[in-house]
Amino acid sequence: MIRFEDVTITYAGARRPALQHVNLELPEGELTLVVGRTGAGKSTLLRAINGLVPHFTGGHLEGRVTVDGLDTRDHPPRELAHVVGMVGQDPLAGFVTDTVEEELAYGMEQLALPPEVMRKRVEETLDLLGIAELRRRPLRTLSGGQQQRVAIGSVLTMGARVLVLDEPTSALDPTAAEDALAAITRLVHDLGVTVVVAEHRMERVVQYADRMVLLPGDGVVVSGMPGAVLETSPVAPPVVELGRVAGWSPLPLSVRDARRMAGPLRVELDSLAELASLADAPSRDAADLGRLVPLGAGYNQPQETEPAARRRGDAPLPDERADAPVPYKSADAPLPDGPIREALVARGVVVRYGDVIAVRGVNLTLQQGSVTALMGRNGSGKSSLLWALQGSGPRQSGMVDVQGKDPGAVPAREARELVGLVPQSASDLLYLETVDAECAAADRESEREAGACRALLDRIAPGIDGQHHPRDLSEGQRLSLVLAVQLVAAPDVLMLDEPTRGLDYRAKAELAGIVRELAASGKAVVVATHDVEFVAHVAQRVVVMAEGEVVADGPAAEVIGASPMFAPQVAKVLGPPWLTVEQVAAARAGIPAGGAG
Amino acid sequence: MTGLDLDRQRHRWQGYFLPRTLHPGAWWVWALGLAVAASRTTNPLLLALILAVACTVVVARRGDAPWALAFRLYIYVGILVVVMRVAFRIIFGGDEGGTVLFTLPTIPLPDWASGVRLLGTVSAESLLGGFYGGLRLATMIICIGAANALANPKRLLKSVPSALYDVGSAVVVALSVFPQLAESVVRVRRARRLRGGSGRGLRALKGIVIPVLEDALDRSLQLAAAMDSRGYGRSAQVPRGTRLVAGGFTLLGLVGVCVGVYGVLDGTAPRYLGLPMLAVGLVLAAGGFVLTGRRVQRSRYRPDRWGAAETLVAGSGVAVGVLLYVSLAIDPSNINPSLSPLSWPQAGLPVVLAILVGALPAFLAPPTPLTADEVRSAGPRHTPELAEVRA
Repeated sequence: MIRFEDVTITYAGARRPALQHVNLELPEGELTLVVGRTGAGKSTLLRAINGLVPHFTGGHLEGRVTVDGLDTRDHPPRELAHVVGMVGQDPLAGFVTDTVEEELAYGMEQLALPPEVMRKRVEETLDLLGIAELRRRPLRTLSGGQQQRVAIGSVLTMGARVLVLDEPTSALDPTAAEDALAAITRLVHDLGVTVVVAEHRMERVVQYADRMVLLPGDGVVVSGMPGAVLETSPVAPPVVELGRVAGWSPLPLSVRDARRMAGPLRVELDSLAELASLADAPSRDAADLGRLVPLGAGYNQPQETEPAARRRGDAPLPDERADAPVPYKSADAPLPDGPIREALVARGVVVRYGDVIAVRGVNLTLQQGSVTALMGRNGSGKSSLLWALQGSGPRQSGMVDVQGKDPGAVPAREARELVGLVPQSASDLLYLETVDAECAAADRESEREAGACRALLDRIAPGIDGQHHPRDLSEGQRLSLVLAVQLVAAPDVLMLDEPTRGLDYRAKAELAGIVRELAASGKAVVVATHDVEFVAHVAQRVVVMAEGEVVADGPAAEVIGASPMFAPQVAKVLGPPWLTVEQVAAARAGIPAGGAG
Repeated sequence: MTGLDLDRQRHRWQGYFLPRTLHPGAWWVWALGLAVAASRTTNPLLLALILAVACTVVVARRGDAPWALAFRLYIYVGILVVVMRVAFRIIFGGDEGGTVLFTLPTIPLPDWASGVRLLGTVSAESLLGGFYGGLRLATMIICIGAANALANPKRLLKSVPSALYDVGSAVVVALSVFPQLAESVVRVRRARRLRGGSGRGLRALKGIVIPVLEDALDRSLQLAAAMDSRGYGRSAQVPRGTRLVAGGFTLLGLVGVCVGVYGVLDGTAPRYLGLPMLAVGLVLAAGGFVLTGRRVQRSRYRPDRWGAAETLVAGSGVAVGVLLYVSLAIDPSNINPSLSPLSWPQAGLPVVLAILVGALPAFLAPPTPLTADEVRSAGPRHTPELAEVRA
């Protein structure tokens, strides 16, 4: 169906080709998952399928790309519209009209189909994707999952046999992502649509994939069965990592596969946990909400000393974060044994927009040196709460206390020295032409000595060229820059709103490292996110919100470990106390040490 | 007539009154008819009647879409026009006629402004003159507002001839991008506060404008890519010759129209440069449009059909315009109420009846379906955006 013949794509002004001598054949009716780091050429590969590369983006394409026998060289994207449907990361950005029905019909209008055909196909597509009751709704009022389904529907109505999706679930909460993926797999299974999907959070898709295309980053492409490709892939979903640690073969791709193989491992871990509780009962108490153990320590950790050091030093992720910065480990970091101070106390926070109550009387206390994850579906009031706590957003009632001051009552300049917030669209904070200029402006804004921000940036993410335009940085680098800009004001509390959006595994691991170091240096960190695997890595405490209220608040293992929607894959396989592969690996590696002690 | 026939008739009329959106053109013809009628007269009684008719129909048949709710803005503009007209008469002195209402102290002006007088005596005649003129303009504005409230502007743009298709879609896209732009301004301003920015001054402006523009540029690129991949701009293969001819026709035609208009307006220009040139220009341009339009191949989802209801709505508007024109031509006494001597405006029965024809759509046009009901029944989601729709 899709054939790449010795394709090399070079963008204008680029030093090396984005894709190099790619030979690829994707048969009809298969679901292909494209994975690789940011900048490895995933989008280029996807956009070459319908001719957006090079017709729309510019650049030079050697070789041939054919779809259903049509060569993209003589067919610009619009002439391929009836064959290839393209769905982007942000469905709202690609909508041309403003109601569901019109959006579904738009493509067919361009194809000049007769009105009767259009009417019929619109009805069929509405049913196929389960969005019939939304037909007259304005697109902006739909939830993320619904929008993504409308976007998929709007290319299906044109009769597209190939569906290309560029990170279709990265902006969605876990439930909405399941929705969209269910729709996609149904198309593959029931209608034989050929689907090509790129996804950073491959744990969501890999179990449905018939084929996997890996872009290691040097312009080449590895293609094959998911199991075979994952054997060697530097990036892999947690179940696969778990399989590698446990030495399972073949590698499990889904939670179901893994559960079937996990029996012996579960028994082994249970006995370990028992040993641990006999050996060192008090350390379990330390995991209580009141006394948080910093640096991502597990709750069933037999010993604080050596295994913890191992986790810090050589946990399985480290090949990715071996070069992670080691700042903040200064002597001024408060000792976890000392009295834990409250960095932020909020009581009865209410935020309302018109007659919609976004946050209903939330109480929240943040301890210094802790990482708290704020979870909940889109629209549950997470962002509103963060903005209200920072003082820049509206707050109708309630009190917030940071170092004896209310960030909502003091000027913005002072508020940012109390609470730092990195908003969802972090680049909104950047407006200058170079990284150095941004850093200098940040120094001036917070009245620090010149170079303070740059020094912070170098500690968080070394090696960013100061002359680069902030927009030319990768997502992860830009996030680091914004972090540095906010941290230069030295706030006690740092809040991150959806920081993992658009980050690949390595960038996420780096961010996790940064967040842990920040907590270790005594800051209270709050992360609002949908990314359960990230939460499992960094957070000690999880607060779940729904409809503006806090519905769950407790240690991460308790809150997300048992949740059907929010449980990380490892917890789904092994049961609640285990959240990450590192914990499992460390616990197993810790046997001899624990036995000896 | 048999029972079956009666039954059929009844079903037909039940179908007629099912809620649906009318062809936007019908509402525009209706509103323009009213506006033409309003432009014929300064009689405040007739103008008030036209206003009442327009408002009745809007209230009875508008939907709950944003453009329908913007009707009150037109009314505010209308009020502003009337107030301004009257205020100008007071400020720049209005002493025509003899009925002096009050005298304000005159502000002396230097010699070079000798033609202008500030304040001074104000007469009833000049105030009324300002009021009548203002009311006429306000009525016409409100009639246009009524059309806007009743007809979906996007559907109207979709009804443009296919040669103007590209322009039409550009406008539609711009309309939907605008709210997003406002949204990103709000978002970026909020983000500025996070960096301690005060939100004032040139530096702050840069801090807002640059991220918003970058955002807008990003969005437009994404939208352009999406439209391209969804077949926007697919065109039929037209031979090069035809395209050249079409372009040539359109260009020549437009030049002809320009010259023709100049010829008509300038009395000293030779005759053949006037109307004949204008006509030739129009024909050429129309030819060019048709040829260009042939290149654009597209169809419309749920095209607006012109049915009995549309004819009725458009017809009632046209009827108002024509009837008023005719009846005022026969009996011109009601057109402009006399200012000297001052007299009460009068309205004859035929003219009143003629205007009342315009109110027929309030009862005889099928009602407009409401979208908020669907939104409300769609499910218990609570988001700020939904709240706006419901409010």
